[in-house]
Amino acid sequence: MARLGVLIMLFALGPWAHAKEAAPAAEDPALEQRVMALAAELRCLVCQNQSLADSNAPLAVDLRNQVREQMKQGASDRDIVDFMVARYGDFVLFRPPFKSATLLLWFGPLLLLAAGLAALFYRLKRRRAAADVELTEAERERAEKLLAENGTERR
Amino acid sequence: MTRYLLPLGIFAALVALLGFGLTLNPREVPSPLIGKPAPQFSLPQLQAVDKTFSPKEMSGRVWILNVWASWCPPCLLEHPVITELARMKIAPVVGLNYKDRPEDAIAWLKRNGDPFQLSASDIAGRIAIDYGVYGVPETYVIDQRGVIRYKRIGPLTPEIVREKVLPLVQELDRG
Repeated sequence: MARLGVLIMLFALGPWAHAKEAAPAAEDPALEQRVMALAAELRCLVCQNQSLADSNAPLAVDLRNQVREQMKQGASDRDIVDFMVARYGDFVLFRPPFKSATLLLWFGPLLLLAAGLAALFYRLKRRRAAADVELTEAERERAEKLLAENGTERR
Repeated sequence: MTRYLLPLGIFAALVALLGFGLTLNPREVPSPLIGKPAPQFSLPQLQAVDKTFSPKEMSGRVWILNVWASWCPPCLLEHPVITELARMKIAPVVGLNYKDRPEDAIAWLKRNGDPFQLSASDIAGRIAIDYGVYGVPETYVIDQRGVIRYKRIGPLTPEIVREKVLPLVQELDRG
């Protein structure tokens, strides 16, 4: 009985298994998603402010096909990025790589922030120093007198 | 007075920096292929489909590869410059016909003159991807050992030929 059940199940599932295998890989949604996710990281060199995923320039279409084909052959995202960089340079990457030539690019904003903070601290310190001026005895008397005069006028 | 000097100085520096940025051409992407071996390929010749062309055949000599297409207006603009370059006979000029219909390409050469020693047909544009082509016309100078020594994206001009291509080819010829 159990054996018959398995047999029926195998027959029932057969067409699906077959359909899946026969589906053209270009319509494989998982693959297509991977292609588009990687293409969004790569610059279209013809229309430079668009990614390969956004662009319909002929070269972008060709490069997307290239990405799809390499993925089908089992290439990792890393392999494909290396393939693109070898041909078009780091410029194809929307996320610049971390290396000596790009140090300023990565740390520039931090440097500017540090410079801004340093300038702010310097100013605040100077202002406080200006507030903490020690008065001489004569100055204090004069200040008190001025304050007292002011006070009487107001009253 | 001096308190305004610092912000003004920073502003002037910023203007200078951004102004310099405006003079640069964002389409001139430095090619990572300079100094690298020219990618190998074997493609049918445009005017003799039964024959192929491969960069291997050019080893031992300095040669120029020009990527062109009949649908590309800047290629037509560049055509007299390429014709002049080929006429100087400093190095063989090979064409790479990019994503073109062979009949259109052949008609274009008939109409405008054929400066190329031969043209290879890259109908699918696959070889051009290996050469990092993204804006036809593009021109490569390849040395005796098959290494790419110069790449121009966009049309060659008489100035570029005079100031870059000629001196480079002469230097490479000297060894």
